Amino acid sequence: MIRAGRAVQLLVRRNLRQHALSTVATALSLALAGGLTMAVFVIEGQTRAAFTGELGFNAVLGGRGSALQLVLNSVFHLDTSPGNIPWKIYDEVRKRPYVEVAVPLAVGDNYLNYRIVGTTLDMFNKLEFQRGRRMSVAPGGRLFDPDLQEAVIGSVVAKRAGLTLGSTFNPYHGITYDPAQRHDDVYVVVGILEQTNTPNDRVIFIPIEGIFRMSGHTLRGDGGEYTPRRGKPIPDAVKEVSAVLLKLKAGQPGFHLFQEVNRQGRVATLAWPIGSVMGEIFDKLGWMAQVLRLLAYLVVCVAAASILTGIYNSLSARRRDYAILRALGAKRSVVFVSIIAEAKSIAALGALLSFGVYAGILTAAAYVVREQTGVVIEPWVAHEALWVTPLAMIAIGGVTGILPARKAYATDVASNLAPLS
Amino acid sequence: MNVIEVADLRKSYRAPDGARVPVLNVPQFSLGKGEQLALQGGSGSGKTTFLNVLAGILLPDSGSVRIAGQDLARLREAARDRLRAMHVGYVFQTFNLLQGFTALENVLLAMSFGHGADRGRARDLLARVGLSDRAAYRPRQLSVGQQQRVAIARAVANRPSVILADEPTGNLDRTNAAAALALIRELCGEVGAALLLVSHDNDVLSAFDRTLRMDELNRVESPVAGAGR
Repeated sequence: MIRAGRAVQLLVRRNLRQHALSTVATALSLALAGGLTMAVFVIEGQTRAAFTGELGFNAVLGGRGSALQLVLNSVFHLDTSPGNIPWKIYDEVRKRPYVEVAVPLAVGDNYLNYRIVGTTLDMFNKLEFQRGRRMSVAPGGRLFDPDLQEAVIGSVVAKRAGLTLGSTFNPYHGITYDPAQRHDDVYVVVGILEQTNTPNDRVIFIPIEGIFRMSGHTLRGDGGEYTPRRGKPIPDAVKEVSAVLLKLKAGQPGFHLFQEVNRQGRVATLAWPIGSVMGEIFDKLGWMAQVLRLLAYLVVCVAAASILTGIYNSLSARRRDYAILRALGAKRSVVFVSIIAEAKSIAALGALLSFGVYAGILTAAAYVVREQTGVVIEPWVAHEALWVTPLAMIAIGGVTGILPARKAYATDVASNLAPLS
Repeated sequence: MNVIEVADLRKSYRAPDGARVPVLNVPQFSLGKGEQLALQGGSGSGKTTFLNVLAGILLPDSGSVRIAGQDLARLREAARDRLRAMHVGYVFQTFNLLQGFTALENVLLAMSFGHGADRGRARDLLARVGLSDRAAYRPRQLSVGQQQRVAIARAVANRPSVILADEPTGNLDRTNAAAALALIRELCGEVGAALLLVSHDNDVLSAFDRTLRMDELNRVESPVAGAGR
């Protein structure tokens, strides 16, 4: 068989070359199928990991409403805020012994569609946006002074909006840019954050006091309406926040606070644990992922079928060659194995090319996801789909070769050697 | 020592109506080592079937066929394939070269089923048949005479015990036919192979010291034409 192995190699190479066009076309359709399959699995896995992965905090307290909306708005800076809660709730919760970190957020303004988030310095000094990672300002910059109209901006904002250290800008009311909604307040950029590959890269952070005092803003923390005046302190009772990012100590506190806020209270919502809340969205959209996977599998099947039909249809033209080979002493198994090897080779070529398709899809998807959410998808992180899919493709290729191989295996030598008239 | 020994060989085919149609009835036949014999027979005389049986491509209904001392009936198919690769060289009327392969690859492929591919020897063989400058040519790029010379080189590639040649000059003009015949006979002598050549061409037959008519060999009076397929 070792000697015959050389013959098989030669046969496969020649057959692939002889049918180069169909070989390439089939390999390309397989590449598309493989690339699509890998992309579906990797994108799903990475987006799920990005949205449900380990944050440095585990709960979000916000206005009464959807926990999912609350997390999307306050953590991923998507969607709208479900509403505000009085400052006093934040003040009361942050003092609880099981609360390690509490960072208030006030949202509702933007600059050229980049969201402006009012917060405290705890956002940078205490909160870990991912476990073990805090936001830091790039060299040359600094954090904002809570009493001044200063801003620290994300790296993407700096690049896309053309803001640099010392740049000034006017916030606009609302979460989408509308030139008519310009606030009179002018902010100066004092720091640009190091890239985090998170939605924070697309955010402009300013002192929370700045949001309270923004021209045209009215505070309703006590139920009435209060318009801050320059130089006069704002009573805590009227202040309100959009959300509070909380790092709770491990154990029961989260559950107790969850019960207290969500079951007994009527004013606020506690999204806890964040991973589970975000997991819900993926669970709810799970059917979509299933459909995508199913589609990818179908494309693989169609591509596999094209291997089968490609080889099968060429069999009648090759039958004489197989008879000649058999007359030269080739065993039936050589003929059989050569066709299986040919099918596997086409599949292997497709698998190889599928990485190109995969890279293309991932690059496009990563761009869209990053543009829309700020979440960064890494195409070449280890994922089992990246080795299972190519191997499965080669195996499927081998299986699809069985039918034509059996037909070739059964080639009648004598009748196919007869002179052609 | 005989390289081919046939005794009481019978071979028949099943006709579309289910009846068995006898094609071969050869009571006895033998060919000694290095011997060269021309078998004369017209179309439908069963000569191709006879060669296919000797090559182990077809199995006889009964009787004994021994090639290089081995009884084909007692061998499994894989062993018959092996025997064919090692001991039988086949030259066809229509050359039967593999079209997608070069002249050199056609010879190498045959070698790979026998003693193993030897590129140097394959080149030497092509040089011996006058095609050293055509090794990389595909069959379609060669003349019919050149194609038959490649087929002859391929047939002797594994230093077989016997060469079976089925109308090897049937598709060649007189000049090429004479050259091909001479080449086959010379190469058989060089590798020590016996030669059993089937032809109905008198020029070819007259070149042999020993000839045999198919009807002297085969007791079936009028085998069905084309039954060898």
